[in-house]
Amino acid sequence: MQVAVKLSGVSRHFEEVRAVDEVDLEIAEGEFFAMLGPSGSGKTTCLRMIAGFDHPSSGEISLFGQSVVGVPPYRRNVNTVFQDYALFPHLDVAANVAYGLMIRGVDKATRMRQAEEALSLVRLSGYGKRKPSQLSGGQRQRVALARALVNKPRILLLDEPLGALDLKLREQMQEELKELQRSLGITFVFVTHDQGEALSMADRIAIFNLGKLVQTGTPTEIYHHPRNLFVADFVGSSNILPASLASKLNGRESPASLRPEAIRIVGEGGHPATVLGQSFLGATRRLTVEMDGTRLNVLLPNQVDTPPVGAEIRIAWDNESLHPLEEV
Amino acid sequence: MSDAIIIRPSGFGDRLSDVLWRRPTLLIGLMLAAPVLWLGVVYVGSLVALLVQSFFSIDEFTGLINRQFTLKTYRELFTSPANLDIILRTVLTAACVTIASAMIAFPIAYYAARYARGRWKALFYLGVMLPLWSSYLVKIYAWKLILAKEGILSWLLDKLYLNWLLEAYLSLPLIGGNSLSVSYTGTFIVFVYVWMPFMILPIQAALERVPSSMLDASSDLGAHPAQTFRHVLLPLALPGVVAGSIFTFSLTLGDYIIPQIIGSSRLFIGQAVYAHQGTAGNIPLAAAFTVVPIVIMGFYLWMAKRQGAFDAL
Amino acid sequence: MRSDLQNRAPLGLKIAAAAGLLFLHLPILLIFVYAFTTEDKSYQWPPPGFTLKWLGVTWNRPDVWEALWLSVKVATISTIIALVLGTLCAAAVARTRFFGRETISLLVILPIALPGIITGISLRSAFNLMDIPFSVWTIVLGHATFCVVVVYNNAVARFRRTSASLIEASMDLGANGFQTLRHVVLPNIATAMLAGGMLAFALSFDEVIVTTFTAGQQATLPIWMLEELVRPRQRPVTNVVAMVVVLVTLLPILAAYYFTRDGDNPAGHGK
Repeated sequence: MQVAVKLSGVSRHFEEVRAVDEVDLEIAEGEFFAMLGPSGSGKTTCLRMIAGFDHPSSGEISLFGQSVVGVPPYRRNVNTVFQDYALFPHLDVAANVAYGLMIRGVDKATRMRQAEEALSLVRLSGYGKRKPSQLSGGQRQRVALARALVNKPRILLLDEPLGALDLKLREQMQEELKELQRSLGITFVFVTHDQGEALSMADRIAIFNLGKLVQTGTPTEIYHHPRNLFVADFVGSSNILPASLASKLNGRESPASLRPEAIRIVGEGGHPATVLGQSFLGATRRLTVEMDGTRLNVLLPNQVDTPPVGAEIRIAWDNESLHPLEEV
Repeated sequence: MSDAIIIRPSGFGDRLSDVLWRRPTLLIGLMLAAPVLWLGVVYVGSLVALLVQSFFSIDEFTGLINRQFTLKTYRELFTSPANLDIILRTVLTAACVTIASAMIAFPIAYYAARYARGRWKALFYLGVMLPLWSSYLVKIYAWKLILAKEGILSWLLDKLYLNWLLEAYLSLPLIGGNSLSVSYTGTFIVFVYVWMPFMILPIQAALERVPSSMLDASSDLGAHPAQTFRHVLLPLALPGVVAGSIFTFSLTLGDYIIPQIIGSSRLFIGQAVYAHQGTAGNIPLAAAFTVVPIVIMGFYLWMAKRQGAFDAL
Repeated sequence: MRSDLQNRAPLGLKIAAAAGLLFLHLPILLIFVYAFTTEDKSYQWPPPGFTLKWLGVTWNRPDVWEALWLSVKVATISTIIALVLGTLCAAAVARTRFFGRETISLLVILPIALPGIITGISLRSAFNLMDIPFSVWTIVLGHATFCVVVVYNNAVARFRRTSASLIEASMDLGANGFQTLRHVVLPNIATAMLAGGMLAFALSFDEVIVTTFTAGQQATLPIWMLEELVRPRQRPVTNVVAMVVVLVTLLPILAAYYFTRDGDNPAGHGK
C-alpha cells in the first residue's frame, strides 16, 4: 500500500514556541488515521501543514511521494473539514457544496447535480436552497463534509469535526463517518482531543504531547501497551503505579500502568487492599481501593456483589496487565 | 487529472497568487503601500512640516519668514498675555463643555443601555446617530435662529413672562452680553449641542458591559439605588465617560467656526490659528499655536489610556 | 422580583433621557419650519406666514447648484479613494500580525483625532511650500485623508466578525488568492464597505473646517453655507439649503444603519 502522507523531521516554531517538534509520521493510503492529544500538543498545526495553511520551519512533508514544500493549499488535492465548519455565509448550501467545482470551472448543471449527490451522501437531500445560518450544528457539519467530499480529494482532513456537537449526535456521526470512510476508501486524517473518539473510529492513532509525537499504533496497541506515563494517563483511565511499588510487584525499576478493568477481587492470594469508596456508573461500578499506600481504581461488572466501604479485600490481576512505562 | 495530488498552476492569476502566497510580507507590503504613502508620507509629512515651521520666526519689518531654528515664536506665544488668555479661555471652555456633555449624555446612555429593548433600542440608536451625523453648519445655523433676539427663545420666555430672567442673566459679567448669540453662554450652548452626541455612545457601551446581576448584588448587599449608582455604576461607567470626553474635549479645542458665528469677539485657539495663518501670514505663530492642542490632547490621551478608556471606544 | 422592578425606568431618568433627546432633535426640526417662512429680513419667530416661494428661488440660484455639484464631486471621489485605502488597511491589519499594526491604526485615526484645523493648516502650508495650486484635488486630498477612518472602522469590524477559516476554506477548495478575493472576501465585506462608503460620503459632504484651508476660492456647499452664516445675503435661500443639506445627509446615515444593523456598529464614534 502506498504512503499517503509522510512527515520527515517536521518542526514548526512560532518564535520561541516549538508547536511541532521533529515529527516523523507515515499515514498509509485508505487509512482512517487519528491525531490525538491535549490542546496545544501540536496536532492541529500538523494537520494545517498537511493542508498547506501552515509551513514547516524545518523538515519535509510529502503527499503520495511528492514533496509539497511551497505548494499552496489550493493546489493540493486535499480537502479539509474545519472545526467551525467555515461554511460561506453568503452562499446557500448547494452553492457551498459546489464551490470547489465552480472554481475548477465545472459547468453549472453538472456541478449542481454533483452537489446534490454529495448532499444525499450525507443525508441532506433537498437542503440545497437553505442558508447555512438556517441549519443546526449537525447539519452544518454534514454540509462541510459534503463540500469537501464533492471534490473527490485523495486525502480528507478533519479538524475536531465533532467537537461542537452534543454527545448523542457525536456518537451517531462517529458511526456515519466510519461508514463513509469505508465506502469511499479515501484516506481520512482527523484531529481530536477526545481519546474515546480516536479509539472507536481510527485504524491507527498518533499521540501528541508538547509538540512531539509520543506514540503511534492501533487503538488496541495504544490502549494496552502505552509507551509512557503520558499516554497511559491520557488514553483510558489507567492506574499509574509508582516505580517503588511496581518494582515490588514485577521487579522492574519503572512505573507501571494497570487498567482498572484488569483488577479482580479474589478470595485468597493476590494483594491486600482497603475499600475507600465506590460509585455507580450504570453498566459498571467503580471501587476506589488503597494498596500499599497507592490509590487504585477498580472497575467491576455491576452484577458482582461489591464489598462495603472500609472492607479489607484482596485484589489480583494477570501479570501481563501490569505494563511497564517509560518515564517521559 | 483529479488523481494528481498536486494540481499544476494554470494561467497568470495562479502564478501571481502563488508568488504572493509564498511571500506574505510582500502581500502585506503591497496592501499597505498606498495607504501608508497617502497617510504616512503626505499627511504626516505635512504635519511635521507644519511643526517644523513653529521653530522658524517671522521678521517683524519685512513680514518674511526667517528659516532658522529659534524658540522666539514659542516665547512670543507664552509671554504675550493675550495669547495666554486665548489658551486659557479655550481650555476652560472645553472642560466646561465636556462636563456639561457628560451630564446630559449620561441619562440618555443609561436609559438606552438598561431599559431600551428591541425596537426602542434601535430608535434610540438612530436618535443619537442622526443628530451626530447631521450637518455641522446646519446645527450651528439652527442655534443662530434659536438664540437670535427675535428668535424662538425670546418669544418663548416672553410668553412665559420670564424675559426679566434672561435680561438679568445677560447683564451678568463675562457670561452675559448684548444677546445670547453674542455671549459666551451662546458659544457654550452650541458647543455642547454639537459635540454632546459623541459622548453618548461610549458611555452606553461602557454601561452595557455592566451586568445587571452586579446591580442586583449591590442592592442585595443593602445599598440604596443612590449608593449603587455612586459606588458601582459610576466607577464602571467612568472609562466610557473618559472615552467620550476625548471627543468633546478635542473637538472643542480645535473648533474655530462656532465661536466665530455665535459668541463674543474674544478669540479661541482655532480662531487665533486661522487669523495668524491667513491675514497676518504669520505661519510660525499659527504653527506654534497648533502645538498647544496637540500637546494637551497628547497628555489627555495618555491619561485616558492609563484609565483604560480605550477599551470603551 | 428585584429585576421586575428594575425593568421599569425611574420617572426622573425617563424625563432626563427624553429631554436630552429633545434637546438634540428640536433645533434640527426648526430648520424645516424656517425653510417655509415668508419673513426674509430676520429670524423672526413665530413665522408671520408660510410659503413655498423660496424653494423655487433656491432652485434657480446657479451659485447654489455650483456649490452642490462641487460638493457631490468631491465627496464621490474622496469616498472612492477612502474605500480603497481604508479596506486595504483593514485587510492588512485584521488578517495578519505584523510589526507596526498599532502604528497603522494610529495613522488612520490621527486625521480625526487631531482637531480639523491642524489637518487643514498643515495641508495648506504643504501646498504652499510645494507650489500646488488649489483645485478639486486639493480638497479631495484633505477629505479622503479623514474619510479613510470611517471605511476602515467598518471594514475592520466586519473582518473581525468574519471567520478567518472562510479564506482558508476557499483556498482549501481550490481557489487561488484572487478567486478567494472575488468569491469569498468581497461578498462578505460588501455591505460593510457600502456602509463605510455612505458614512464617508456624508462626512465629506458636510466637512467645512479642513475645506476652508484647502479650497482656495472654490465653494463647496458647506463653504457656501459658512459664508452665508458669517455675512448673510439672502436668509430664506440659506434656510432652504440648510433643509436640503439635512435631508441629503440623513439618507446615507439611514442606509449605512440598514446595511450593518445586525452586528457591527456602523458609525462607531468616528466622525
